[in-house]
Amino acid sequence: MSSNLLSGAKILLDCLVRENVDIIFGYPGGVTIPLYDALYDHQIRHILVRHEQNAAFEAQGYARATGRTGVCCATSGPGATNLVTGLVDAMMDSIPIVAITGQVSSKLMGTDAFQEADTFGITRSATKHNFLVKNTADLPQAVHEAFYVASSGRPGPVLVDITKDAFQGQSHYAPVSEIHLPGYKVFREGHNGQIRRAAQMMWEAERPYIYAGGGTVLGNASEELRALVETLDAPAVCTLMALGALPADHPNFISMPGMHGSYASNMGMYHADLLIALGTRFDDRVTGRLAAFAPHAKIIHVDIDPAEISKNRVADLPIVGDVKRVIPKLIGELKELAPAMKSKRAAARQAWWKQVREWKAEHPLVAEKSDTEIKPQHLMAEIDRLSGGRAIVTSDVGQHQMWSAQLIRFNEPRLWINSGGLGSMGFGLPAAIGAQMARPDKLVFSIVGDGGFQMSIPELATIVNHALPIKIIIMNNGYLGMVRQWQQLFYNNRLCEVTLSGFPDAEKLAAAYGFKGSTVDKVNELSAALETAVAEPGPYLLNVKVSPHENVYPMVPAGGAINEMVLRAPQPVEA
Amino acid sequence: MQQVISLLLENKPGALMRVTGLLSQRGYNIESLTVGRTIDPTLSRMTITVDVDPNVRPQVIKQMNKLINVLQATDVTGGPAVNRELVLVRIRVTQQNRTSVLKEAEIFQARVVDSTTEGFALEATGDSEKLDEFIDVLTTYGDIEVTRSGIVSMPLDNRKLRLSPPLPLGAAEETLELQQTE
Repeated sequence: MSSNLLSGAKILLDCLVRENVDIIFGYPGGVTIPLYDALYDHQIRHILVRHEQNAAFEAQGYARATGRTGVCCATSGPGATNLVTGLVDAMMDSIPIVAITGQVSSKLMGTDAFQEADTFGITRSATKHNFLVKNTADLPQAVHEAFYVASSGRPGPVLVDITKDAFQGQSHYAPVSEIHLPGYKVFREGHNGQIRRAAQMMWEAERPYIYAGGGTVLGNASEELRALVETLDAPAVCTLMALGALPADHPNFISMPGMHGSYASNMGMYHADLLIALGTRFDDRVTGRLAAFAPHAKIIHVDIDPAEISKNRVADLPIVGDVKRVIPKLIGELKELAPAMKSKRAAARQAWWKQVREWKAEHPLVAEKSDTEIKPQHLMAEIDRLSGGRAIVTSDVGQHQMWSAQLIRFNEPRLWINSGGLGSMGFGLPAAIGAQMARPDKLVFSIVGDGGFQMSIPELATIVNHALPIKIIIMNNGYLGMVRQWQQLFYNNRLCEVTLSGFPDAEKLAAAYGFKGSTVDKVNELSAALETAVAEPGPYLLNVKVSPHENVYPMVPAGGAINEMVLRAPQPVEA
Repeated sequence: MQQVISLLLENKPGALMRVTGLLSQRGYNIESLTVGRTIDPTLSRMTITVDVDPNVRPQVIKQMNKLINVLQATDVTGGPAVNRELVLVRIRVTQQNRTSVLKEAEIFQARVVDSTTEGFALEATGDSEKLDEFIDVLTTYGDIEVTRSGIVSMPLDNRKLRLSPPLPLGAAEETLELQQTE
């Protein structure tokens, strides 16, 4: 029997193996030393990050690139609190990660012990669910439940806080064979009657419009989405979180809707008479002023989370279920009804397509270029050329994120990795590390602003340690561009604390870490510089000095209706 | 507007924090909250009264149901349910108004739980409106101190409790394999 007696740390690692975990992103500390002692001769690979926040972002990059649950690890107190941003970020974008944190010994808890923090309490609202484990024997159940909750239903982050004595204690390890969470309900199949009614509404609509959200990526439903789009032959938009769910080169793909969405995307939303919302949550950045959003449309809303239905916009026909299961059923019904109904609205549908194509032609998303300076849009167009819709692109939040989303094509899901809901600066670089670890076969661009990059610099060491061939492209305009854009447009151009001077020499910085880098500021050297970066077998840091005063358009001012876009910057009046 | 919610939840550490945290996080104001064990010691029954816009009521219930420790959240506002509250009142009385106070207590079917020369402690139960009136009446006799329990509710319709069955560990892995395929 005694051979069966294992330490909590060893049990934890065995449970992770059972969950098919191959990589942990983490940083050790006082109370997790027992865990790291068990890791010393264990098969699981540990990636030493340089800040715990990046451990959570890297786990997310791994999860977003593959759909598998990412794992990060931190010690008690400051280690755990440093994870919080990454957890909330995962919560907002529904990314499956499991965070393991150390906690002080159960006897010390509540005494303000060294490096003690109430991790369980602090992360209550930062996670989908969290666990506090004080007994070694309780570890396996908590760990497997954590993975199940993180990856099922609407995915999200789950934290397991483990006391030092639970790591150290010995217990008979009986592998868990079942999970019982009586109060945790996952709705996957969708209601058949509702699905049939939805199919009828789709054929009856004159101006149907498909609004695909991040759920289509998270639910691995790209093929299904594509089949639906083609069966119905409706125009489709993909939100920021869904770019790539429908290939950008697909003839029915319009663009991204919302605050910085394309003219055609938003006009389509506004004039549609039926909005087919799939795995999306009617976020304020998509809808603009809610009262004026899609005023002529009936709404079909498919989502796995019942709480998203009618949260922001009342759904005329809700379907609670997994897009991957529901869409094929919808297609089945559509095909069954097609002989009787397909031709009914054919003329109106043709007119609708004509209109949408006109909008698209009227104000296409085309990268502006200049002969004298590198426009940021030009940079994105060049990256698009090198990617061909196939590279993984990660970003932070802000202007570079919006230009990337507008101008870089994604022809597969899980290529476009960015911090959408939370909008965390410093996300893109660590996310690229996680993504490149998970997909060594892929070309990975990490497009970051000069602001966000300076929040991620410590992680250059991690990139070098593992010789990750990430192409870090800094869109350097010397400003916190998006904040400046708002100050210009809505705060009378009173630019306050948005100038980022003192940016380091990229070539020297990269060299200090032991890899190559350069700065490019001449427009005729841009292509070659990017090609050099891509050709480099290892990592590359390319600092691109773009025109500093460019702003992102189209733009729906906050609180505006999405059909009232500002299409371009106000032009100076000639004297 | 007041919404009364009846919750059946697992009696686990942190469960109460999840409920109250969710309410404050979503901006719902708690008017009262009571919690106690059920006949199954692993489960608690909670009654929460919140002040929300009527349109938001279904959203509150959905958010509650998302909590993994919550087995069932039921909106019992205006529905078939018995809602009761208990109040304990301490009142100072004089020799002159002693009998009048007792008379009032009798009208409201309140019990005397403590009696001294200085005054009484009274206990009354009923719906909240009745207790409001009782308190109003007693204040006309002088200063009082009040402790209210908050509403406890018992839904009266037969709502089926739907629980998720145990899942073999492989079931979660099956989903994982699905996700791994390119």
